[in-house]
Amino acid sequence: MIIKVLGPGCANCVNLERVTREAVAELGIDATVEKVTDFAAIVGYGVMRTPGLVVDEKVVLSGRVPTAGQVKEILAPLAG
Amino acid sequence: MTLAERIRPRTTTARWLGMGVAVVAWVTLYALNPPFWDWLVFDVVGLDPESRLGSGVHFFFFDTVKIALLLVGIIFVVTVLRSFMSVERTRALLGGKRQGLGNVLAAGLGVITPFCSCSAVPAFIGFVAAGVPVGVTLSFLIASPLVNEVAIALLFGLFGIGPTVMYVGAGVTIAIVAGLVLGRMRPERWVEPFVFETHLGGQVVDSSQGLTWDDRIQMGLEEVGSILRKIWPYLLVGIGLGAVIHGWAPEEFFARYAGPGNAFAVPLAVLIGVPLYSNAAGVLPLVEALHDKGLPMGTLLAFMMAVVALSLPELILLRRVLKPRLIATFVAVVAVGIIAVGYLFNALL
Repeated sequence: MIIKVLGPGCANCVNLERVTREAVAELGIDATVEKVTDFAAIVGYGVMRTPGLVVDEKVVLSGRVPTAGQVKEILAPLAG
Repeated sequence: MTLAERIRPRTTTARWLGMGVAVVAWVTLYALNPPFWDWLVFDVVGLDPESRLGSGVHFFFFDTVKIALLLVGIIFVVTVLRSFMSVERTRALLGGKRQGLGNVLAAGLGVITPFCSCSAVPAFIGFVAAGVPVGVTLSFLIASPLVNEVAIALLFGLFGIGPTVMYVGAGVTIAIVAGLVLGRMRPERWVEPFVFETHLGGQVVDSSQGLTWDDRIQMGLEEVGSILRKIWPYLLVGIGLGAVIHGWAPEEFFARYAGPGNAFAVPLAVLIGVPLYSNAAGVLPLVEALHDKGLPMGTLLAFMMAVVALSLPELILLRRVLKPRLIATFVAVVAVGIIAVGYLFNALL
């Protein structure tokens, strides 16, 4: 699974990356977490409110920082 | 688990009961705030209400609690209402709109769409790449920070409904007119070319879809927490400065230099306000204290608009998509609009 954190590097994006890594570690799934900071690429995913979360090229969340628990809920069914 | 998640209600009854208790608690605290500080500062500590120290200290504590309560209440209500809107929906509404009506719609949507200036660049690219004219997009980007929930909460709490309505009306008008003027200048040539080459791939996620009332309430609570965490230093500095002015600055001092007698007070206030980076929460306690010292409302509102609408960090971010010519023109047009509004308010009030 390839997870991308979309955001230019603001505080929210750093927080989203942190909770995403926490969620991945807790679920014990095999996933790489990448950051996408290029604005054109971010908008290319259709995201206009940062931060955004993309799993295997599909946008699963945008515009807010979830908790690690919420990210787990999003990732768990996708990992199966 | 965040606090907002922990207190998340399990049943419908619990949810509305919780909201009811919160409303009663808020109203009670708000009503008790003035008598409490009168009692503590003047009766218990024994400071003289007429003295500089007494009135300064009272102003600081009374204002801190009052502003904190107003912020919590209004940010929560506005966030819950705004959870029905999203940038994605706004873009869909603006798509295919021309100059004119498009600017009016964009300015109005800028007020009600949940938006943070940190998303200004992706939103700009997303709007323009979807065919929204640059001038219309700029109307949205001007209205959004200018007429924000924190400013509305504090203006209403400190000055009442009249100045609040005038402020909102003026902010929306500036956004419409500035967007129209900029749109006439063929601003497309001053936008970085990659913006027009960006393709909107993927599916657009509308973040306002599929939310339950519990989700919306939780978003409101989270937003209150995140805004308060972000603005409390500005707030305390603003209230502290306000308290100093309130207690110590001589009555004539500000009125002499920036009072109704000085015809250049409005442009001067805007010139000082543009480079300052703060937000409505930091500026309004100052505005309140200066208003008490006899400064006219138009000059003060112009100062506040300049501080919140134009900020250096946002302009630096926008440099990624706009060429310096457009940024300079953008600042100039908005500043002129704010100055005009300042003079108008001074004449009307």
